Amino acid sequence: MRGRPLLYTSYQEDQSLLNTWTKKLMAALFLALLLIAPFGIVPGLGFLGDNDWVKLMSQVFIFAIGALGLNLLTGLAGQVSLGHSFFLGIGAYTAAWLGGEAGGALLGEGLPMWVWLPAAAVVPAIIGLIVGPTAVRVRGLYLAIVTLGLVIIGEYVFRNWKGLTGGSQSGRTHPEFQFKFWKEGTPLFDFGQDATIAGFQISSEVSTYMLMLGFAVAAVLVAKNIQRSRTGRAFQAIRDRDVAAEVMGVNEFKYKLLAFGLSSAFAGFAGALLASFVGRSIPERFDLFLAVQFIAMIIIGGAGTVSGTLMGAAFVLILPRVVRDLTDWGAAIVESGEGVLAWIGDLFIATSPDDFGLINTLPGVGPGLSVDQLNGVLFGLLIVLFLIFEPLGLYGIWLRIRNYWKGWPFTY
Amino acid sequence: MTAKADRKVLFGGRGDEARTGNILEFEGVSLAFGGVKAVDGVTFHVREGELFSIIGPNGAGKTSIFNCLSGVYKPQEGSVKWRGEQLLGQRPDLIASKGMARTFQNIELFEHMTVIENLMLGRHVRMQSGWVSDMLYVGRTNRDELANRAVVEDIIDFLEIEEWRKYPVALLPYGIQKRVELGRALAMEPELLLLDEPVAGMNLEETEDMARFILDIRFELGIAMILVEHDMGLVMDIADRIMVLDFGQKIAEGTPDEVSANPAVIKAYLGEEV
Ligand SMILES: Nc1ncnc2c1ncn2[C@@H]1O[C@H](COP(=O)(O)OP(=O)(O)OP(=O)(O)O)[C@@H](O)[C@H]1O
Ligand SMILES: [Mg+2]
Repeated sequence: MRGRPLLYTSYQEDQSLLNTWTKKLMAALFLALLLIAPFGIVPGLGFLGDNDWVKLMSQVFIFAIGALGLNLLTGLAGQVSLGHSFFLGIGAYTAAWLGGEAGGALLGEGLPMWVWLPAAAVVPAIIGLIVGPTAVRVRGLYLAIVTLGLVIIGEYVFRNWKGLTGGSQSGRTHPEFQFKFWKEGTPLFDFGQDATIAGFQISSEVSTYMLMLGFAVAAVLVAKNIQRSRTGRAFQAIRDRDVAAEVMGVNEFKYKLLAFGLSSAFAGFAGALLASFVGRSIPERFDLFLAVQFIAMIIIGGAGTVSGTLMGAAFVLILPRVVRDLTDWGAAIVESGEGVLAWIGDLFIATSPDDFGLINTLPGVGPGLSVDQLNGVLFGLLIVLFLIFEPLGLYGIWLRIRNYWKGWPFTY
Repeated sequence: MTAKADRKVLFGGRGDEARTGNILEFEGVSLAFGGVKAVDGVTFHVREGELFSIIGPNGAGKTSIFNCLSGVYKPQEGSVKWRGEQLLGQRPDLIASKGMARTFQNIELFEHMTVIENLMLGRHVRMQSGWVSDMLYVGRTNRDELANRAVVEDIIDFLEIEEWRKYPVALLPYGIQKRVELGRALAMEPELLLLDEPVAGMNLEETEDMARFILDIRFELGIAMILVEHDMGLVMDIADRIMVLDFGQKIAEGTPDEVSANPAVIKAYLGEEV
């Protein structure tokens, strides 16, 4: 083997998840990095130990799970869905019903996490299979419209089923991340409390981060396994050429439905995690914008690949944070009024009501775009740019970099 | 066979088995698109292990017959029997699972998948793993993937496309894509193989390679074939029997010698004057 690291001696090796040493090493390093990052001890990435970054990264993991689900349906099976947020909502409210406080004003059974979390995947999958047959009979844009209908119907039902959701005014709380056998008072482990494990102080943010990371890793493995086996190939065949796929023996209806069900399960699971992570939700949380965010993740990341989806999820969630930090930083320089940077920054950033600038850091309405609006615009722009210039998304850019280094120093 | 004893024989070399009777009975089938009768009351039978060829001018209805066979088009009249079982009205994927495979006139590969993945998709009907074990990649999935990968590698060997195996097929040259498509159909381990113009657009060398593969499939693997092809030289050389179509109707059927001597065929191909 030495001297020819790319020589496979068995199909088992070639087909394994990480089939080269570089891939094995990269995956191990990346995972190790994610594991120690929240302790703030990674050189150069110390800020990842700040509480708000730990929380942001936990959200990245949750969104990654949802995005992996959409990637199964849209990236692999080629079925465009605008209805992803509907299934996140079903998952969240299934969890709330089963895991929510019993005997309160809102529906709740007080069951432990090992019941409500799997149920948050199973119930959306079943609903996905019920509405699926209508959806999978239509193609392309029509499917997008049918699934858009789901979001609208879902939001309507969520808003009006006040006994479950609490309605738009107050919303409801969601079950906490706790390990319990059944309904006992003190949990075995409570992710909402700071804890000491083997002498180590672990804050509730960090233990929650670890839990979300664990779920995300499991979701990645499942998504990868589907993609590289019979089921995933059937999805991709339908995406590339549906008639040929059928003639090759793929039951189109069955596999489209399966893709729909699996993606709904991922979505529901992510929805329950998201709602519980935030703690409280209103029905409007599961609106079209949430669905578009997921589409942005797989487009920016590069539809069809697991690693691209992960990059997309991280990018879409971290971008607003970076934009805000940059704007604050820019505003501080402008305020200080020193040097050429301040002069350039002043052209873009408005710091007082009579100031002119593209971005406005003032509270309330002012000239220019607020940071939130700016993020919305950037989003739209990015989606369009990626669709036009890099259909493979961030994954495509990464491929290009990798191939460059593979051929180095010959840059043919 | 002895000369090739060192080469791996696909599917256990079924070519030596003796089988008789018809594998396919296509009876009085008519298919119309609005006013156009694409297939007009055509009847033919294909025997087990036979290389049957369909020829005819452009628009004669050859591809339409394939589409009726594989369940893509639903003919208005007639019957299509697979070893006595009615195929008409069955879904394409069910027909495929009985052992009918095909290639397409305009290549229909899954372009974002690699050569290996395309061929593995061809194994779909021969694999059993379901989505639960696929999700976990344990047990059945692991065993199925390995065993079928071995079959796929044998086919890759057989078609001499080793160097391309990990390329997405969209990046391959046309002639290789045609070969990969044949490989994908072969991967289904079919008992009847439909080839729609396998050498169209190929140069002489590529055509000879393809002819060699078709003959190997015929004699080593014993797979019955229906070959649609405009290359008359190829058809006359390798077909056992030929059916000639014109405007959706059958105008002749027989051995290459009989067909090439048939006045109706000469008329259809060369025009009224002869
Ligand atoms: N889907 C369709 N809709 C309408 N007309 C069709 C369709 N498919 C085939 N036809 C018509 O049926 C007739 C037969 O077409 P077919 O493709 O079977 O011919 P062919 O013998 O394969 O020709 P070629 O040698 O050019 O491939 C043609 O007149 C064609 O226009
Ligand atoms: Mg044709």
